[in-house]
Amino acid sequence: MRKVESAAAAIAEAVKLCDVKVMPMYPITPSTLIPERLSEFVNNGEMDAEMIHVESEHSAASAMIGSILCGARSFTATASQGLALMFEILPIISGLRLPAVMAVANRSLSAPLNIWNDHSDSVSARDQGWIQLYAESAQEALDTTIQAYKIAESGNVLLPVMVCIDGFTLSHVYENIDVPERGEVDKFLPAFAPEYALDPEKPLTFGPIVFPDSFMEFKKAQEEAMENSAKAIAKANNDFGKMFGRKYGNGLVETYRMDDAEHAILGIGTLCTTSRSVVDKLRANKIKAGMIRVRCLRPFPKEDLQKLAKKLKTIAVIDRHISLGFEGALATDVKSALSELRKKPFIACHIAGLGGRDITEKHLEFALKQGMRKKAGGWLL
Amino acid sequence: MKEIRIHGRGGQGAVTTSQLLAIAAFHDGKRAQAFPAFGVERRGAPVQAFTRISETEIKTRQQVYEPDYVIVLDASLCASVDVAEGIKKKGLIIVNSDKDAKELGLNGKNYTAHTINVTKAALDLIGKPFVNTGIIGAFAGLTKELSLSALEKAIDERFEGKAEVAEKNKQVIRLLYNQCGEIGKCKIKK
Repeated sequence: MRKVESAAAAIAEAVKLCDVKVMPMYPITPSTLIPERLSEFVNNGEMDAEMIHVESEHSAASAMIGSILCGARSFTATASQGLALMFEILPIISGLRLPAVMAVANRSLSAPLNIWNDHSDSVSARDQGWIQLYAESAQEALDTTIQAYKIAESGNVLLPVMVCIDGFTLSHVYENIDVPERGEVDKFLPAFAPEYALDPEKPLTFGPIVFPDSFMEFKKAQEEAMENSAKAIAKANNDFGKMFGRKYGNGLVETYRMDDAEHAILGIGTLCTTSRSVVDKLRANKIKAGMIRVRCLRPFPKEDLQKLAKKLKTIAVIDRHISLGFEGALATDVKSALSELRKKPFIACHIAGLGGRDITEKHLEFALKQGMRKKAGGWLL
Repeated sequence: MKEIRIHGRGGQGAVTTSQLLAIAAFHDGKRAQAFPAFGVERRGAPVQAFTRISETEIKTRQQVYEPDYVIVLDASLCASVDVAEGIKKKGLIIVNSDKDAKELGLNGKNYTAHTINVTKAALDLIGKPFVNTGIIGAFAGLTKELSLSALEKAIDERFEGKAEVAEKNKQVIRLLYNQCGEIGKCKIKK
């Protein structure tokens, strides 16, 4: 069904379509629209699910451990300090290999108190064993949420997925979406049937202590699952494309006008939409510009970026995040991924859009042209 | 692509106006984007919201800096906010007011300004000063960017299950659409 909805509501629609059974929720701006809409679905009988009104985000994450271990497909949503409060539980969920799906409406971390968008929250959590997918539109937010369960529950993956949307800048934007039919989604995503679950008839232990003689093997298995997930993400994107007619690049990276590009803007999330008009404008002025969108931050699409970078003269990396004392996390990852290339493009790294500062077409054009002049990046204020 | 900026006061429903325009655009088979300017949501404080309407894919998410159209829900804002800021040449400003545009200080050379008393129409037909729905009738009547039937569908969608409220709002919209359509015929050049 086609309509106009916010990205947050689009995610709620997806959660309904995925037949999620347990939703421990603690609302926090700008993710609140998601539990709000899901509460309506439960209340009016559109969803047969348990919404648990927990007392904190720490409890929301903890309750997901219990519900998934009992074999129930589960979902929660959060942002900012809410995600920070979950931090203790994030590596437990991934370490227990639980296919949780969580939406993050990206928001800055306090202080100073600010409720608007940047990627400080989820990027700070990128080392905790969660797959991280970042959507660019309300439609992609919906589609990615459905794909997230498919990826997370894949037999050789079994890892949690964060579906990240820019807070306000996407979560609260009303735009055209196409909501798939339940029957079609059922064909794409079968019912959750975990191989191991808590069952009084067949007792199992989850999460016991692991000694130094085997801890590394557990971590290595997790890393292998992360590597497997890259294929699962690509496959979910492809299979989804075949069924629903919508694809997002190869699932890990999406590009715009990159075929003969010499200069690229590289970023995450909604700033990539704005980059598209900037690329069009520069192309009209005979500058061979293109855009690279990192859809998947973990696992990091190293090979894809290497392939794309080989043909480029310059890259402007736009980070909506800063690792204080160094640089943006995306910049670090991109430079590390490209370090093996014999011929590297000039990379200019910019910090932009912190705490909801609008990232404008002017910012992005300036960033790309700075790179073309071989000038270092900086703060796009 | 047409870009619209809406000025209102917290509580007046400027964000709803932006969304109704987007939903109506969808019913006309177009692409749309509606979002608020993210400020503090205090009752009475000046707020802004934006709508983009396009026949093709919308390739930007920056705020609207150079609107084709500006909608002002509360005329008193004209004294404190530069509602004409960045407006495109030959742009149009629509203000809910019983005063003349010139009395509000809107006599710029690059744009046209129109006032229309949405508050009165809402009081007459709904019985309450809700202006955020009626104004879309005025907008569509003047600009012909959206069809009347699309506006009515947007109202039905927003007031689902409240047929009576929806009907009253549609009455205001129809009245203002027709009134403004007459003005539009002689004054607006597309």
